[in-house]
Amino acid sequence: MQVSVTVNGSVRTLEVEPRMTLLDALRDELALTGPKKSCDRGECGACTVHIEGRRVLSCMTLAVMHDGQRITTIEGLERHGDLHPIQQAFIDYDGFQCGFCTSGQIMSAVAMIEEAKAGWPSAATTDVSQSFSVSDLSDAEIRERLSGNLCRCACYPNIVDAVAHVTRRS
Amino acid sequence: MHPFTLSKAIDPASAISAAQDPHLAFIAGGTDLIGLMKDRAALPERLLDINGLPDMDHIEPTSDGGLRIGALARMSDVAADVEVRRRFPVISESLLFAASGQLRNMASMGGNIMQRTRCPYFRDEDGLPCNKRQPGSGCSARYGLNRTQAIFGWSDDCVATHASDVAVAFAALDANVIVHGTTGERSIPFTEFHCLPGNTPERDNVLRRGDLIVAIEVPARIEGRASYYLKVRDRQSYEFALVSSAVAVAVNTGRIMSARLAMGGVAHKPWRLIATEGELRGLSLSDVDALKAAIATSFTDARPLAHNGFKVELGQRVALRALQIAGGRA
Repeated sequence: MQVSVTVNGSVRTLEVEPRMTLLDALRDELALTGPKKSCDRGECGACTVHIEGRRVLSCMTLAVMHDGQRITTIEGLERHGDLHPIQQAFIDYDGFQCGFCTSGQIMSAVAMIEEAKAGWPSAATTDVSQSFSVSDLSDAEIRERLSGNLCRCACYPNIVDAVAHVTRRS
Repeated sequence: MHPFTLSKAIDPASAISAAQDPHLAFIAGGTDLIGLMKDRAALPERLLDINGLPDMDHIEPTSDGGLRIGALARMSDVAADVEVRRRFPVISESLLFAASGQLRNMASMGGNIMQRTRCPYFRDEDGLPCNKRQPGSGCSARYGLNRTQAIFGWSDDCVATHASDVAVAFAALDANVIVHGTTGERSIPFTEFHCLPGNTPERDNVLRRGDLIVAIEVPARIEGRASYYLKVRDRQSYEFALVSSAVAVAVNTGRIMSARLAMGGVAHKPWRLIATEGELRGLSLSDVDALKAAIATSFTDARPLAHNGFKVELGQRVALRALQIAGGRA
């Protein structure tokens, strides 16, 4: 089947089998190896990308279901050679060791901050009936909201610090 | 994954007609179906992508003061909806305690209540005996490792539990599943939507071939505002429930006027504590011994398996604490 997607700002047209996941299409057809294939079951978050600005797991969706949609991978996050503030914070706060989960962590964190700005509560929110703002993003909130991204090097304290640095500055 | 074809649904009528084909499956968020296909626990030959069906992702008030949640609304959008959060916090919380941010952005509400059990034998890639996966092959969990399995309503053919969190909230609130099928639209009470396993555990629910879930309707409930979802699991986040409880309660001067309680992680379907609800009426929220006794009435018919006896005690404690927290919101 033919599918046309806008990936990191460029329109890309592919001929793929319906059974090809979006993750495999990005990695094997478009040579975008930032999204990582780790568990391939929606359990680890390493394949996180944005579809229409929302964080999703590219291993748990089919490429052909996204015709006409806008997809962003870690490769599309920098602007004119400048790293996204979350990318820079991961460097400054030593938010990784082996780095395999890092692109997923960063893509997840970037979209998570937008969710908080939109007022979305989380399972760490005491009273969901109250409004929520990005200034309510405590460390516990950040941990809960990023719980879908596993790190086997257990860099969690530094990841939380990196994300907290960006959210408290913004 | 095995090879299959995929086409896009244009309108509900043609989707229902196409789904008369037993080898066709609807796909929306795909977060359960794609995992099942990877594990070869589902092998549809044709997928029909229903994401483009019109007007099925809305959250809107109903004429009787309730809420209609479209089947294609995503878990995230329902959890974040201001009316859902204000009037039925238990719905928002049960969604937020499920899966991860990424999965909630993908998964549809209709797909959520259609998700299949997380029983490790059902999901096993090597195809161990499982009556749900291969009817007649046996139940590996009945005498296998069954710590996570049911304590209520199971049969020798299947001891699996239902994995959805929000289904527990919908059961407590007496929601309805709105279905379009070959005979038109019908409304299925939520507590009758999922089946007990009996001797047909391959059947999860009462849907008929071709049926399309279009919405879930939650009736207006005075108990809705004072509601809470408590989930206990092996890790703090991003895990299925060992035991959970959805409670909604109406309170007047410290006494329970009416209470609705359902449990997750204990049965093949969300498990309402009907006997307890009757016993709770009129009790003081501060009379802990009386509350405990009322909850215990629904646990006398618990039948724990070899490894999940802890769920009988844990379930009662979870129900009690959820009731106390919900009551504190009244």
